[in-house]
Amino acid sequence: MTLSAERRPAPGVHATARIRATRAGRITALPVLAGDGPFDLRRGRSHGSQARVCVIGAMSAPLGGDRLRIEIDVEEDAHLHITSAGATVALRGPTSGHAAFDVRVTVADRASLHWLPEPLISAARSNLRQTCSVDLAPTARLVLREEQVLGRAGEPPGRLAARLTVRHDGQPLLDQQAVYGPGAPGWDGPAVLAGHRTTGQILVVDPAHGADPPAARLFGDDPGQGQAVLTPLAGPAVLVNAVAPDMVRLRRLLDAAYPIASRA
Amino acid sequence: MNRAALLVLADGRFPAGGHAHSGGAEAAVMAGGVHDVASLEEFCRGRLHTSGLVAAGLAAAAATGHDPLLLDRAADARTPAPALRLAARRLGRQLLRAARATWPSDDLDALAAARPRGAHQPVVLGLAARSAGLTPLDAAYAAGYESVSGPATATVRLLRLDPLDAAGVLARLAEGVDQVAARAAEAARRVQAMGVEALPAASAPLLDIIAEQHVARPVRLFAS
Repeated sequence: MTLSAERRPAPGVHATARIRATRAGRITALPVLAGDGPFDLRRGRSHGSQARVCVIGAMSAPLGGDRLRIEIDVEEDAHLHITSAGATVALRGPTSGHAAFDVRVTVADRASLHWLPEPLISAARSNLRQTCSVDLAPTARLVLREEQVLGRAGEPPGRLAARLTVRHDGQPLLDQQAVYGPGAPGWDGPAVLAGHRTTGQILVVDPAHGADPPAARLFGDDPGQGQAVLTPLAGPAVLVNAVAPDMVRLRRLLDAAYPIASRA
Repeated sequence: MNRAALLVLADGRFPAGGHAHSGGAEAAVMAGGVHDVASLEEFCRGRLHTSGLVAAGLAAAAATGHDPLLLDRAADARTPAPALRLAARRLGRQLLRAARATWPSDDLDALAAARPRGAHQPVVLGLAARSAGLTPLDAAYAAGYESVSGPATATVRLLRLDPLDAAGVLARLAEGVDQVAARAAEAARRVQAMGVEALPAASAPLLDIIAEQHVARPVRLFAS
């Protein structure tokens, strides 16, 4: 009997890490905190009612062929803060196929999530498809910060497609897909990145933004040094979008915009 | 079906107010990103494969007959810059007026009643194409082509480029318009099963940044 192609296991790591946060009296409990494959989850010291988790990448992931997933559910009245230890580096794997890295988030009423991973680095010849899919209840709050570095020092970037989809009360609030690197027409031109090699976003969703959203605002005077814009979305949310030549200047822009985005 | 209606809809002289907008080209010229024929081409290529692709997907979905109000909300979610949402709604309102006079239909009347301040232009474009008896792929072509013809034409005025050079840019982007229209129409076919998230959501950070710079300027030739 021959082994059919469908039955042969696909190359690469398949792993799903899960985090579930619930309210337990004055604190947030984590009844599910399950690492898997390259993801090691460490619980940190709580801040008031907010539980803290750090995602530790135990391997250099994701490689081509990998299928990685993190599922995060924050239940009613719970407060969760997640960071990662060190950058995620997308590398070319044993196959030239793409790697997939999917983050799926739900945040229930009166609950909050801070999702603040370290940067994603798109190394030369890598091919990563990343998705972050977020479902927010009407009174849920979210602070999300993501940063992308296109190529390690002195090398061209790999191919990166990163989609961020956020639904609020079941309706689309934000849907954006960044596609950069080889095979993405115009990605480095004056409409998209104009030679910049780092990009970053801060998204703050807060019911308080609905009534009185901050006005659009620009950061950075010299286009060559990086620029950012803070924009109120068509819903209770503010997005900061930044581009810069390097991480130092990107962080400077995001750090300047963050207090205004989160002022609620 | 009457394919020639596509020529009417995509004609730059169709009275839908597009001449007052540069598709980000004026902002890009002011920022220094567009300064000659080569940089105009790169700008247009980036716009085509980001906001052009998004517009083509929305237009194809509207031409298919999907709920224009759901698509309008999907357009908002794909347009984080308020300056671009406002421009898209103004253009949508003007196009809706022209389309209702040209290809009257209950669908267009209903959208005008539901969005008196204007729906996103690509949604109106798709619905106008449907009212004109055109296909979703036709609507995607109109939206994709418009995403580059507007900036190219505006840049002729802004930089006093040779119009022949601008026409050359559009000719070199024609294959890209084919790809974008095909992808958009294919995505629109998946909306029935997957919802509006099947539609492209390609983003361009600098288009958002320069659009907000542009509306803050006291003196400008184009509205967007």
